[in-house]
Amino acid sequence: MTDPSSSVSHLDLDESKKTFLDANELILNMGPQHPATHGVLRVILRLDGEKVMGLECVIGYLHRGVEKIAEHRTYTMFNPYVDRMDYVAAVSNGLGYCEAVEKLLNIEAPPRAKYIRVILTELNRLASHQLWLGTHALDIGAMTPLFYTFRDREEILKIFEKYCGARLTTHAFRIGGCQYETYEGFEKDVKKFLAFVAPKIDEYEELLTTNRIWVERTKNVGTISAKDCIALGVTGPVLRASGVKWDLRKAQPYAAYKEFEFEIPTGENGDTYDRYLVRMAEMRQSLRIIQQAVDGIPEGPIMAKVSKVMKPPVGEIYHSIEAPKGELGYFIVSDGSTQPYRVRVRPPSFVNLQALDLMCRGQLVADVIAVIGTLDIVLGEVDR
Amino acid sequence: MPDESKSPPPQPPDGEKPPGAERPATTGSTASAAPLPAATKPATAAPEKPAAAAATTPPKPAAPAKPAGPVPLPWASPLVDKLTRQFGTGLEALTYLGQNYLQVDRSLIPTVLQILRDEDKFDYCVDITAVHYPKRERQFDVVWILYSFAHNERVRVKTQIADGEHIPSVSSLWATANWLEREVFDMFGIQFDGHPELKRILLPDGWKGHPLRKDYGIIQQDQEWVQINLGIESGQ
Repeated sequence: MTDPSSSVSHLDLDESKKTFLDANELILNMGPQHPATHGVLRVILRLDGEKVMGLECVIGYLHRGVEKIAEHRTYTMFNPYVDRMDYVAAVSNGLGYCEAVEKLLNIEAPPRAKYIRVILTELNRLASHQLWLGTHALDIGAMTPLFYTFRDREEILKIFEKYCGARLTTHAFRIGGCQYETYEGFEKDVKKFLAFVAPKIDEYEELLTTNRIWVERTKNVGTISAKDCIALGVTGPVLRASGVKWDLRKAQPYAAYKEFEFEIPTGENGDTYDRYLVRMAEMRQSLRIIQQAVDGIPEGPIMAKVSKVMKPPVGEIYHSIEAPKGELGYFIVSDGSTQPYRVRVRPPSFVNLQALDLMCRGQLVADVIAVIGTLDIVLGEVDR
Repeated sequence: MPDESKSPPPQPPDGEKPPGAERPATTGSTASAAPLPAATKPATAAPEKPAAAAATTPPKPAAPAKPAGPVPLPWASPLVDKLTRQFGTGLEALTYLGQNYLQVDRSLIPTVLQILRDEDKFDYCVDITAVHYPKRERQFDVVWILYSFAHNERVRVKTQIADGEHIPSVSSLWATANWLEREVFDMFGIQFDGHPELKRILLPDGWKGHPLRKDYGIIQQDQEWVQINLGIESGQ
């Protein structure tokens, strides 16, 4: 029989742990082709067993040079391109771009156009959040919400299709207003949709909010503090879930948002569960805004006076809107010609993705999937 | 790619044109097509030509009816007063279409940004980007867009740097600058001193050139690639 004390020294856990772990830091490559990365994102994980010690994102697989393309297009011609960045919230992209150019031209869209813009943008926010919820839940292992959300999102896409002929890359707005007047029965359709979707959101919540597995997988996962959010430039629902009550629709209202009553939902803990709750609450707020906009939509023209050949005066402008993912900004420099001298897009997904490293440190590998989902990135926008 | 034959960019916005600084604007693109502005100008000046005979009449910029667009105005605020007291002429505060910006001398950049963050609560760095003016002596505008949650206020800080000149990184002030500066480096080739890991972000590591420079042409790159990899002349 060996002396127990010697065997302890032989199996000194602390000592062996140190050497064992030092020698076995594992580099795991996730993506670029991975179903849970929502596109083509490559994440290089540094693992200590199951624990994430750090990670690096490799992006750019969908880079199409949108900013360079803009320099070779006229202001009008570039408009459809912006839809291809965040392709699940194309309407928001278009709104930001059109308003930025309008600012540069020093014109304003007529009130009716602004209302139409708000209705479509909020519908799009809802669609974007629904898509986020479905895929995020699917990543974590709940398959049912995907079918529910896609079923209901279809109704929004139908309204888009009836309005402008396209479902995803809508190109709904023009510089100076809207191209299309609302179709016959548009308001009825929207109201019908509002009545239809309100109970559906409760249904999603029923599936998840108190679901034990969902709560276990999301509570205290990917926590980020308000301070870190601000330092990292993180905006949108992620920032709000960390407790910062900041929404560009309120802080610096654009379109017709000043005229509507709505609240900015915030969270407390800044974890994945809070971000889920914030987005759920945002969907309800969107419904409120749409309801008010449909009820109060004014009559009148939908297009401001814009010359066919647009030549904004020499100068530059930065304009940003609250896209479903966060602050979407356009910095446009005009040299007085028909083509922008430079268009810079400040994409929310790109900036938010930078927080992934911080949010995943110390978490498990499985949580990385949850955190990517909760950041709600669209790689088309990250890479542009 | 018909757009590649675009004329060299006309007069850059706030371009003071130093006489000696005539760089070829579009070395990369095929400048075969007649430049657009040149094509339209003689058309308006054509009737005048016979009358003015041999005189070397420069084509008159015939833009009489167009109202003058908005111009940048001086921006007055306590913040600007404080900064001008401290830095004097190295800093110019302007406002254009209701948006405030500071034109700052390159040497003052780190100090001004530090002060804006620490003393004036511009705690959120929205964006960092650059604009290329190839005809200018100092070719690049570097732009920081800052936002203050406390004051709900935006400000843009701009500076001009020459090609090859370095600029201090602000990633120690705002963590978000890390990727934003990498993108500026990737697209413009501007070096940021003190950046933790300055490498390409959107383009592959082996990429040649910096696409958002005005003298960057994809055609040239495409032809080169075809010649090297396929051994034939590119049809572009």
